Amino acid sequence: MIGVVGTVPDAAFPLVHGPFALTGGHLRIEGRSVPVNRGTPALLAAAMKASEAIDGPQVYAFLVGDIGKGEGSRRLYAFLTRHLADFDFQVLTFHYLQPDVDWHNKVLFAVDAMKRRPLLIADAGFMYAAKMSGQAPSYDFFTPDVGELAFLADEMAPHPFYTRGFILHQDRKVHDLIQRAYSHHNAARHLLVKGRSDHIANETKVLETVDQPSFEAMEAIGGTGDTLTGLLTVLCAAGLSPPEAAVVAAKANRWTGHFVHPTPATQVAQLIEKIPQALASVLHALPGSSAPPFAP
Amino acid sequence: MKGLFGRKGSGRRKKEGAASADRGILVFENTSEVIQAERVLKKAGRSVRVMGPPPEIRSGCDLVIEFPLIEELDIVRELRGAAIPPLAVVPVTAPLLAPVDLFHTKDFGDYWMVRAANMKITVAKEDLTIVNVSGGGCPDVPFLAQQMVGKTLTDAPRPRDLGHTLCGYALDLAYEEMLRK
Repeated sequence: MIGVVGTVPDAAFPLVHGPFALTGGHLRIEGRSVPVNRGTPALLAAAMKASEAIDGPQVYAFLVGDIGKGEGSRRLYAFLTRHLADFDFQVLTFHYLQPDVDWHNKVLFAVDAMKRRPLLIADAGFMYAAKMSGQAPSYDFFTPDVGELAFLADEMAPHPFYTRGFILHQDRKVHDLIQRAYSHHNAARHLLVKGRSDHIANETKVLETVDQPSFEAMEAIGGTGDTLTGLLTVLCAAGLSPPEAAVVAAKANRWTGHFVHPTPATQVAQLIEKIPQALASVLHALPGSSAPPFAP
Repeated sequence: MKGLFGRKGSGRRKKEGAASADRGILVFENTSEVIQAERVLKKAGRSVRVMGPPPEIRSGCDLVIEFPLIEELDIVRELRGAAIPPLAVVPVTAPLLAPVDLFHTKDFGDYWMVRAANMKITVAKEDLTIVNVSGGGCPDVPFLAQQMVGKTLTDAPRPRDLGHTLCGYALDLAYEEMLRK
């Protein structure tokens, strides 16, 4: 089972957790319905589509309403510190949550108390908190875009909003930024950097880059980073090594564009629908593969 | 906010980030209050700047307002009058972090995309409809996208009115830059 922790853009949405269903472009959990057009619901929808396509693990969601005031995130953080030890996940992914270093540290203690330590992925606000806490190396994956990579590379910046200009100017020098992030211990064990070319790296080097297929318009589409993290989450739990999972996730995320022919006005829900075809295309193209490798 | 953030190469950040003995910072409960207070003080003609807080009071997603210490009494009175009193008033003793001030604009033919810090907004040139909002990591980003996408630039709510975090603030900068297009 994999766990995903995040928020829903509705202040009245209660704290819920459990398996969920996808129907009609909506995520349904504990009798509630959320559109999957952005944020953590988009990540969850992508993960669900990917997992169904490869007969992968069940996806378990922890969700709460938060529109940026942080109240929902703090309730969810408190819940996790009390109850995470009751769960067993292969992979645990943290997503759109209010960055809060104190709560981050408490949640990481709760992860340490789990019977089996899951592979940890941090994206979005929780990645910001993880970097600021100084505990980035405790994570297996960060999934920044190039701007967020500059933030990771800036040892002084507590948020991408404060990334210093001389570092931000290097946003085309991805290798240098990766090296700088690692040199200051502000990167997870692996990085999947989203951009014109996706870079998969660890502390020693850039392991792989993925730049095809390429659809320029996808940069403008809100949620393409969320779907990539959803794919990565599932593939990490499906038996691939972290770098392999990242490569397949990056390729499959790009291939969704091939099936949609995106414009800057395309919505991410349209891309999510194409994840099964995209994933199949990538998996069939793997060396030595004649059938989906994760079939039971 | 206009005028607070220089453009690339504008040279307006000459002294930003430097510690200054005659400046203080106003600390608020949350970023929403900072944004409101900035609006009130700017409207009153005060020389204030939104900056990053010093490390000792930083929690993760923060802004403070830097102001001339000599004006403390007046400024605090104005903010009390506006029902947004600061939590604390602290002299500046160390360099403050300056927000990013770079905008990137991309022309997609039928669409413009503007990026400010980690936030992007994309608008159709034909009718100025906001077609996508992307980037960011704070929970108000999906909320702001939900409220803005599908509306025109003039009809959509301002990120500064609905946002609560640095990501919301950055989106407002991108929105302002788009308005200038």
